[in-house]
Amino acid sequence: MKLKKTALIGATLVSLLTSGYAMAQEQFIGLPSYRVGAYASGGSGIYGGWIDYMTLINERDGGVNGVKLTWEECETEYNNARGVECYERLKGKGPTGNSVFQPLSTGITMSVLEKVPQDKIPMVTIGYGRTDAADGRVFPWVFPMISTYWTQASAIINYIGSREGGMENLKGKKIVQLYLDVAYGKEPHSIFDKLAEKYGFEIVKIPVANPGNEQQAQWLQIRQQKPDYVILWGWGVMNPTALRTAAKTGFSRDRIIGVWWSGAEEDTVPAGDAAKGYTAAGFNPAGTDFGVIKDIQKVVYGANKGNMEDKSRVGSVYYNRGVVHGIITVEAIRTAQEKFGKGQPLTGEQMRWGFENLDIDAARLKALGADGFMPDLKITCADHEGSGKLKFQQWDGAKWNVVTDWIEGDREMVRGLIEESAEAYAKEKGLTVRDCTKES
Amino acid sequence: MSFFFEVLIGGLLSGVLYALVALGFVLIYKASGVFNFAQGAMVFFAALTFVGFQEVLPGWTGLEAGGRAVFWLAFALSLASMVVLGILTERVVLRPLVNQPHITLFMATIGLTFLVEGIAQAIWGANVRGLDLGIADEPIEWLLESADIIVSKFDVFAAVLAGVLVAALAMFFQYTKVGRALRAVADDHQAALSIGIPLQHIWAIVWAVAGFVALVAGLIWGARSGVQFALTFTALKALPVLILGGFTSVPGAIVGGLIIGASEKLAEVYIGPFVGGGIEGWFPYVLALLFLLVRPEGLFGEKHIDRV
Repeated sequence: MKLKKTALIGATLVSLLTSGYAMAQEQFIGLPSYRVGAYASGGSGIYGGWIDYMTLINERDGGVNGVKLTWEECETEYNNARGVECYERLKGKGPTGNSVFQPLSTGITMSVLEKVPQDKIPMVTIGYGRTDAADGRVFPWVFPMISTYWTQASAIINYIGSREGGMENLKGKKIVQLYLDVAYGKEPHSIFDKLAEKYGFEIVKIPVANPGNEQQAQWLQIRQQKPDYVILWGWGVMNPTALRTAAKTGFSRDRIIGVWWSGAEEDTVPAGDAAKGYTAAGFNPAGTDFGVIKDIQKVVYGANKGNMEDKSRVGSVYYNRGVVHGIITVEAIRTAQEKFGKGQPLTGEQMRWGFENLDIDAARLKALGADGFMPDLKITCADHEGSGKLKFQQWDGAKWNVVTDWIEGDREMVRGLIEESAEAYAKEKGLTVRDCTKES
Repeated sequence: MSFFFEVLIGGLLSGVLYALVALGFVLIYKASGVFNFAQGAMVFFAALTFVGFQEVLPGWTGLEAGGRAVFWLAFALSLASMVVLGILTERVVLRPLVNQPHITLFMATIGLTFLVEGIAQAIWGANVRGLDLGIADEPIEWLLESADIIVSKFDVFAAVLAGVLVAALAMFFQYTKVGRALRAVADDHQAALSIGIPLQHIWAIVWAVAGFVALVAGLIWGARSGVQFALTFTALKALPVLILGGFTSVPGAIVGGLIIGASEKLAEVYIGPFVGGGIEGWFPYVLALLFLLVRPEGLFGEKHIDRV
């Protein structure tokens, strides 16, 4: 009887230790996704691509140095209150807690901005969020990677300059910024003013009331203004409505340049023929002709483990953006493991170090099968943006075609403004600005 | 001056589209005295069901994708779906709430909104779809050449369609037995029941007709901006129209729509620049509120008098 009892206790202990060991070899990533509601089409594409990339790493490589990636989705519906709820729900999950928070929403980003340093969870906001958080001296826990809205504004002006045959030819030109009348749309105003002053063009800002499903008045104003270009700073239903109304009022789509939240298939397909010739910025192109996407199709979808219900969306702009999220997250894990020990799950604090020391250069991109898929990226203690490069794609009525190489914004000018704004924030909140020369 | 007329005409045509959504509200309100919060969701459901059927029908039937046969079959099936939705709403949501306070019915329609939105996305997915009705959304050339005024062919088509719909509904309410019964039900549920009017039957008919109106509105709005969740927001455009035109008047919905459409566009162009722009979202509500102060029942609404 005693022997039986001892054996039972022993077996239980072994089982517990084994399961504990198995758990310890997992890196948990909480996904505050949105797959229902107004922005579900964007959310399902991005989170779908991201999950597919993590599945690829697990299936093809057995995880990151043997550490399996695990995740759990929490539906935010792009709603700030729900986003905060998801943040709280996810933060204690996994063997080391949630190791990174990427809400894909500027509103949720703002809502948890002051929570992440307390909970020691890095927050990565790729292509959205608070622009001045790119100053890592003031925002050590926030990473608005690849490009901020301010850099994007500058890159778009550079692109227009290149189309005009040089920046000097912008003098005397008139550019309209048609924007969604929320904080996101107003974010680049100061940059456009400075660029207009620098290059001698006129900038006219025309707001569109949220959600933007009615733009007749704005496009008639544009018709009256006769601008050389219109920069479409929209989101959701505002984008196809803008393209259709532009067609209705006779404005050439070839002269409309969209931002990266206005440049997906979800923006052009509903506009039909009205979208032909429209160009938009992006930090990732569309298409399946990349090694990483081919691997996902072969390994993940080949094994019927893909996340996308509609497989035709694999290779779409939003899907590929999700894969970019996956690449950056996995590379940060890899970087942090180099310092803190391979084969070990990382804490949020260790992951923060990984993000801050991320260096995805051209050679690494090639090795990942992501050459031309995303720009090279080097994050430092001070610079949490790390790239600032964009490509421009044109819609031909059926698909996006890349029409430029990587175009960089005026990062020197933008950086000055970022530091100015971040320092003001630090002063207001009584934060100590990090001395990056002393960081390792 | 041509710019002014351009804005004005554009506004009037947009107003007709608002009226199209407002009509759905009016129908339900006339029959049950309830503000149907789910009308925007019904517009979304109808349009998504239509494009959903358009996608799957070629595979099911072998008919040519994008052809007329698929279009009309999808329309018929969507209409049938809306009728089923209407009947189910009556059976499951409204029937158990007969003679309950109006606020209870209103709350029930709030719940219905989330249910309808969720079911639509669960069945057809959340992808944004394009919708082509075969009518070009481009300016009428002779008007552009002769007067330099842009008026969209599509908007004119939508306005004519809405006009026909309103005329048909007005006649339905005025001259048919069902229409008269419906007005009786709207006045007093219990009194209508006491003289033998089948309340459930009337409600089911009205919800089905509101479903048809939602389908037409969904197709027009979907063709303009794509079939996506934002179609539910069209309800927000209809609310000031209802306040202005009256909750119980079909012609009131049209007149209210025209006033709201024209005034919001003119305000955006001529007042907007002085206050930072982007005012057409809230301007109609300010106008409607001001109107409420003068005529609480709306332009064509029934004056409510209580005997004390």
